[in-house]
Amino acid sequence: MKYKALIGIEMHCQITETNTKAFSSAKNSYTIIPNENVRPVDMAFPGTLPVVNKEAVKKSLMASMILNCKQPDYIYFERKNYYYPDLPKGFQITQETKPAPVGICGYLDYYVNDEIKRVRINNIHLEEDSASLDHKNNASTIDYNRAGVPLLELVTYPDFRSAEEAVSFLETMRCIYQYAGISEGDSKKGQIRCDVNVSIMDEDIDETKEENWGTKIEIKNVNSFSAVKDAINYEIQRQIELKETGTYDEMEQQTRRWDDEKQETVYMRSKVDAIDYKYFIEPNIPKFKIKQEWLDEIRGLIPELPNERKEKYISKYELNKKDAETLVKEKNISDFFERCIELGCEAKEASNWITTRLLGYLNKNDLNINDIYMTPEMLTEICLIVKNGKISTQQAKEVFAYVLEERKTPQEIIKEKGFEQNSNEEEIIELVNKILEENEQAVNDYKNGKTNIIGYLVGQVLKASKGKFNPGLTAKILNEEIRKR
Amino acid sequence: MKYLEKSITEIHEALLNKTVTSEQLIKESLEKSHEIQKKYNAFVTILDNAKPTEVTNELISGIPFGVKDNYSTKNVLSTGSSNTLKDYIPFFTATSIDNLFKKGAVMVNKTVLDEFGMGGTGTTGHTGIVKNPWNPLHMCAGSSAGSACAVATGVYPYATGSDTGDSIRKPAAYCGIVGYKPTYGMISRYGLFPFASSLDHCGVLTRNVEDAAIVVNTMKGKDKNDMTSWDSSGVDLTKTLKNDVTGLKLAYIKELCDIKKYKNADATLKEHLENFQRTLKICKELGMEVEEVSVDEKLLNSIASTYVVISCAEATSNMSNLTGIIFGPREEGKNYVEMIKNYRTKNFSPLIKRRFIIGSYVLQKENKDRYFFNAQRIRRLLVDEWKKIFESFDAVILPVGTGPAPLLEGSKDQIDNSTKALEEHLQVGNFGGFPSITIPNGFINNLPVGVNITGNCYEDEKVLNIAYQLESKMNYKNQIAKENN
Repeated sequence: MKYKALIGIEMHCQITETNTKAFSSAKNSYTIIPNENVRPVDMAFPGTLPVVNKEAVKKSLMASMILNCKQPDYIYFERKNYYYPDLPKGFQITQETKPAPVGICGYLDYYVNDEIKRVRINNIHLEEDSASLDHKNNASTIDYNRAGVPLLELVTYPDFRSAEEAVSFLETMRCIYQYAGISEGDSKKGQIRCDVNVSIMDEDIDETKEENWGTKIEIKNVNSFSAVKDAINYEIQRQIELKETGTYDEMEQQTRRWDDEKQETVYMRSKVDAIDYKYFIEPNIPKFKIKQEWLDEIRGLIPELPNERKEKYISKYELNKKDAETLVKEKNISDFFERCIELGCEAKEASNWITTRLLGYLNKNDLNINDIYMTPEMLTEICLIVKNGKISTQQAKEVFAYVLEERKTPQEIIKEKGFEQNSNEEEIIELVNKILEENEQAVNDYKNGKTNIIGYLVGQVLKASKGKFNPGLTAKILNEEIRKR
Repeated sequence: MKYLEKSITEIHEALLNKTVTSEQLIKESLEKSHEIQKKYNAFVTILDNAKPTEVTNELISGIPFGVKDNYSTKNVLSTGSSNTLKDYIPFFTATSIDNLFKKGAVMVNKTVLDEFGMGGTGTTGHTGIVKNPWNPLHMCAGSSAGSACAVATGVYPYATGSDTGDSIRKPAAYCGIVGYKPTYGMISRYGLFPFASSLDHCGVLTRNVEDAAIVVNTMKGKDKNDMTSWDSSGVDLTKTLKNDVTGLKLAYIKELCDIKKYKNADATLKEHLENFQRTLKICKELGMEVEEVSVDEKLLNSIASTYVVISCAEATSNMSNLTGIIFGPREEGKNYVEMIKNYRTKNFSPLIKRRFIIGSYVLQKENKDRYFFNAQRIRRLLVDEWKKIFESFDAVILPVGTGPAPLLEGSKDQIDNSTKALEEHLQVGNFGGFPSITIPNGFINNLPVGVNITGNCYEDEKVLNIAYQLESKMNYKNQIAKENN
């Protein structure tokens, strides 16, 4: 390719793990019932005032630390003024870069395939979400549940060179937000939304010099990671075509939006029409000093993050890299895995079950691990029963499937379906001898030194037992009995 | 003498002795309200079905009072004297009013103000102009015009006001009564329709200093809904009223009070400043030290413009919630932009629109540093200047305005440059959040004039103490307005 792309991301992620909204005492939780979580301040009734949710500030500062940002000495909030029906006050309470927001000048290392990359973070700030609009044929409805939900916006430098890098970063960030107990990070619930900016330049030009950068195109409202990928690739291609046809220089700095249906970016407005948001400091929220002790306390609360867990899985549990990565990708899955180990399950066993059968089941049925009947306790139980030889591995797979389908415990399934392994020696001896008698030729072969015929004979016994005999015990008895002949 | 023309403690005594009942007081107050409404147009709403309350040990129990119509009152029309809210009935009550209700106070009417408090004449409310009860050809000043008029005429012993520039203290002076705004944050602003949040104060209008202390004692208190409110539970404003003031030091500013500074001074201004000197003499007789101090005239002359810039900027943003979409009389339009535009065009008075334009202008990116940030800088300089005075003095004493109430006819809400600083200096009390009280100190042309005492933040007790002692040496305590033809 003759060109390279410079891509930056603005990632908006709702802080879902606080009890109340950013500046309101309304409940902060997702609901499909419209206007359920609303207090007067969320609808900007005259005389209402914002009150800062300290927990939201705490989580924001934690995110700032994870992103290796500098935290400010004082917290300020600002008003971003504009009219829109989803913005009841006519302004959004947010943080601008001056005075400093919860984080500036950070970076994050993330992986693309196996390669480590670093993206610089311009800033991360805490703000409030707007209401959600729904446009019907003749009217629009406004749902104020979302109005005032705490929102973290992080702004990267244009350090990504491809859609793949940008998406890998977003996936890493989502993962971090989940692990840190900041956000559920569910795009389907609209908890993550992105703006993307893209510019291209000739491959051989030095991109570290800002004056060499191409014209920056901002793409608004890209609301899923796959859309981020598509929008970036579309935009790069669009700009390359402009270069190729010699019209690139006519392109003005502009804002576009991503049209998910048409799969293209659409012109919204030119840079010269940019809205002047008339920022000023929110006078109803006094600035407050962030004490070092508080920062230390927050730093101490940062939990183990996905990369640390991955390292642990590889070095301590001896899992292969692929499985370790699969396990840490979602916090719920990783937590499930760790719980199994706590309960006494062997790490490799647990990992095998989760990465193959469990994730297979979840993906196939588009389910979340918290929505299914299987618990770490049940999976551990299945593993232990196999280990004790009560059921075979083959039976365990069936038990596993039944637990998920019939929503019953492994014990219940084993009892109901008659999965209990038979370890009654007398019964086994009897059936072994019956099979040996029926297979005279094989017994002779064995005596003539063809000892690998044993496997065939054990198979015959197990088949005759309809899979109920304990295979190990059966093999042991068969060995003993055949020698007696 | 009618009961409602007495002081709160006297009425309370009468209620306890059962020489009068709460019911009788309310009836009397309502009758008087209708009479005053006819004469001076002081009310937006008269609550004819106001109910008496139990008389307890609380001084204000069972006693009627008035509420400025920019306080949110549950189930009672609250208009801010604006057509934008002409049908707005809130579902919550402002904290400070609720505090009065809890102690048994009885609201009997809602008083007229300049639209949303944005005016100093009492002529811009949506229900028409308020006339001065001493001479209806003159104004009450504003914005707490209706409250001042009603208290002055003996409708009740007190009414709430709000003060962003001098909106309590100016009309108090023009109506011959007491107007007090305590330190910023002593009274919660939750439920007060905002004009300029960093300058807005709640306060009260009464006919004597002790009543002001009693009422604010009840209105005040830290409120979880207002982050700028502070805990004053240890402060009893009535306790120190009668303290000896001997040795306290008062400062007055030469550049404002020296008649020689005004080249075109008319007889009224001369009389006003001479009267002020007589008041200073009384202060000395009380044992206080009174000294003249000098403040840079350039700084004094920038008070008014600093106020305009900051208050208009905040107002533009604060009133962006008035779109007619959630509350207020919704206007039709092809889309939301038109709906909002039609609503605001139709319902805001020209004066307010002018202020919105100023506010928008000074916040625009290209003007912000020159106007908004410079105004913030001058605000800081002025506050520092006053704080410097407070290092050596207990309070600043200054005349209110340039004389008594101007005529309604031919009055402009515009400022004469030579007397601008004298007219507007009370705004410094809002810049610094200082406790500030106006009491009557004489008459000019049969119209009352006032004097103002302003102290350092959190020194409300001292300010009230000085005002109380000064009041007791003058003849205007508890005076009731009467027309002298």
